[in-house]
Amino acid sequence: MSDLIIVGILLALMALGYQVALGRYRKVTGRSEVRPHSRPAYHGLLVAIWCAIPALAVIIVFGLFEPVITRYVILSALPPEVRDLPTHELRGVMQRIHQIATGFGIVGEARPYENVAATRLGTYHAIWNFALVALVASSAVAGLVYTLRRITPRLRARNEVERVIRVLLLLCSAVAIMTTVGIVASLLGEAVRFFGFVNPLDFFFGTVWNPRFSSVGAGQGDFGLLPLLVGTLMISAIAILVALPIGLMTAIYMAEYASSHLRNIAKPIIEILAGIPTIVYGVFALTVAGPFFADLGAAVGLDISATSAFTAGAVMGVMIIPFISSLSDDIITQVPASMRDGSLGLGATRSETIKRVILPAALPGIVGAFLLAVSRAIGETMIVVLAAGNSPVLRFNPFEPSTSVTVSIVNQLTGDTDFASPQSLVAFALGLTLFIMTLGLNVVALYIVRKYREQYE
Amino acid sequence: MNDISHSPSAAKATATKAPPEVPQESAAVPKMRAEKVSVHYADKQALFDVDLDVPENQVISLIGPSGCGKSTFLRCLNRMNDTIDIARVSGHITLDGENIYDKALDVVELRARVGMVFQKPNPFPKSIFENVAYGPRIHGLASAKRDLEEIVATSLQRAGLFNEVKDRLDEPGTGLSGGQQQRLCIARAIAVNPEVILMDEPCSALDPIATAKVEELIDELRENYTIVIVTHSMQQAARVSQRTAMFHLGYLVEEGPTDMMFTNPTDKRTQDYITGRFG
Repeated sequence: MSDLIIVGILLALMALGYQVALGRYRKVTGRSEVRPHSRPAYHGLLVAIWCAIPALAVIIVFGLFEPVITRYVILSALPPEVRDLPTHELRGVMQRIHQIATGFGIVGEARPYENVAATRLGTYHAIWNFALVALVASSAVAGLVYTLRRITPRLRARNEVERVIRVLLLLCSAVAIMTTVGIVASLLGEAVRFFGFVNPLDFFFGTVWNPRFSSVGAGQGDFGLLPLLVGTLMISAIAILVALPIGLMTAIYMAEYASSHLRNIAKPIIEILAGIPTIVYGVFALTVAGPFFADLGAAVGLDISATSAFTAGAVMGVMIIPFISSLSDDIITQVPASMRDGSLGLGATRSETIKRVILPAALPGIVGAFLLAVSRAIGETMIVVLAAGNSPVLRFNPFEPSTSVTVSIVNQLTGDTDFASPQSLVAFALGLTLFIMTLGLNVVALYIVRKYREQYE
Repeated sequence: MNDISHSPSAAKATATKAPPEVPQESAAVPKMRAEKVSVHYADKQALFDVDLDVPENQVISLIGPSGCGKSTFLRCLNRMNDTIDIARVSGHITLDGENIYDKALDVVELRARVGMVFQKPNPFPKSIFENVAYGPRIHGLASAKRDLEEIVATSLQRAGLFNEVKDRLDEPGTGLSGGQQQRLCIARAIAVNPEVILMDEPCSALDPIATAKVEELIDELRENYTIVIVTHSMQQAARVSQRTAMFHLGYLVEEGPTDMMFTNPTDKRTQDYITGRFG
């Protein structure tokens, strides 16, 4: 509730500040001979911005201190014997008090000291919220008044607004970067905890994947990465073998041969493939493609299991086609027409032109598209869950059931999870492995692109 | 004018005597001849019934204001308009008496005989050597690596570029200066050993010094090749060409010996254009 009030007050003050600033601007410039530096709207914006900035600062500072103070308030209301409980039990008590205070309800009867603490917390929350609203409002007004007094014809409001916008944009891009850093950090932290249970050598070079046993009985499970890694690589390789030639040739046809009429119809249809949810592909693989491959195998005397690396890979390949074809198409179309003309003008045929001029010029982009497709294939989960047979056994025959790293992460984290056991923590080690693989691919891609880039500008 | 011989000086000599608007009825067949050539881009007609002869071993320049159809006409001569989906060409164009729009004719072979140099230098993103070797390779003109090197060297020499690049043939062609790039493109066209070279404003992206070099080169190339050049510069037309054709709004206004066209044009539009009254 108080959050809404704060937002309302802030918006109202900003609008007010904008209007007042316009009025003041008119007054100040009216009686001055100096040509004003910035247009009125910039003065208005500047006042509105300086209304918001101190208020936001107050909110952030309050937010930072709130947990600390709450904790102190509760602790001071608790009897000494409860205060001396071990950390994790104390945490439970505090959670219960929180829930009583917010009227959330708890399991079992509330103990008297809990009720006392909860009441204290409730009072304190009311004061806290009131103080926050008051502080936010007054700091916003202070910012407003201060900036209003700064308005003169020479005030460089435009430049200051520009600077604020630049900082704002910087913060937005920082969000993406910080999230990445955060993900990597949490992966690393949990993975390190996992490696406290399992020797990294056993993990990276183990050939047996059997994590469940240890949760039943004593002793370590087997956390060998290799069966999963081989599955992932095999399925991805099959997917790429399907998608790369088809996708690239589709792109070449669409960019160089197809009439614009055909292209306008065919391109959206191909791109629809990318819009189909992967679970639908999974169902398709399980119910249609798998049995079809099995029958086909039986007809030619090959033993193909209905759920196999081959089924998952082939269906995944179809899913990836639009990634390759669409991106490559754009890149091929971007090769300047003068290259094409130059080659055709020398008497080269269309396919010679494509092979010798267009594709080399478009290569960096095509490699990029290819690597994007590979990352998709490595990270793809649903199709593999349904179509690969979930069989974490080290096998190199693509026609037998298999599994992948991503599927194992799903398996380890669904159902009962205890984040202190290696059975769950192994998911972070697997995630880290995937992350490092895609990172490696990107580095390789950058290297290839730099080395083979042919400048056509 | 009834005797256009292979020698340009003879052409010049006779040019003053004969009225320039009389079509050539010479015993020597022109290298290329266009009859009633019209071009449509979708519904818009860009060229109307153009009749023009391209005499052998001469330079003929096509002039006229922007959008007058001169580049469109040029691109008809080696069927580069085929690459534009909406372009439709009608009429008759012959190369050595052979209809180049005949169904039986192979357009790849035609473009090997009628090469082209474009307005903006467009070297391939490959090494200097590979740029020149491109044509010979696809047409199988060299069987051994030695032959190929020979062709590349000769072509670069003819294009007047060899001395500047002989020590760095494996460096990218795109690293050369604009003028060098254009001469590289000319060398690339020559390497296929064409009979006719079409040039579409080859100097418009170049500075005056590079322009002078390319013009000098065009004059030398005339000995071995027939050249059709589109230009916006009247001075260039006067400097390099023996004959000039003036286009306006899709029509061929008039055609004749260059000195005649610039000193005594018969058509008012030509006169206005070359004196700078429009265009």
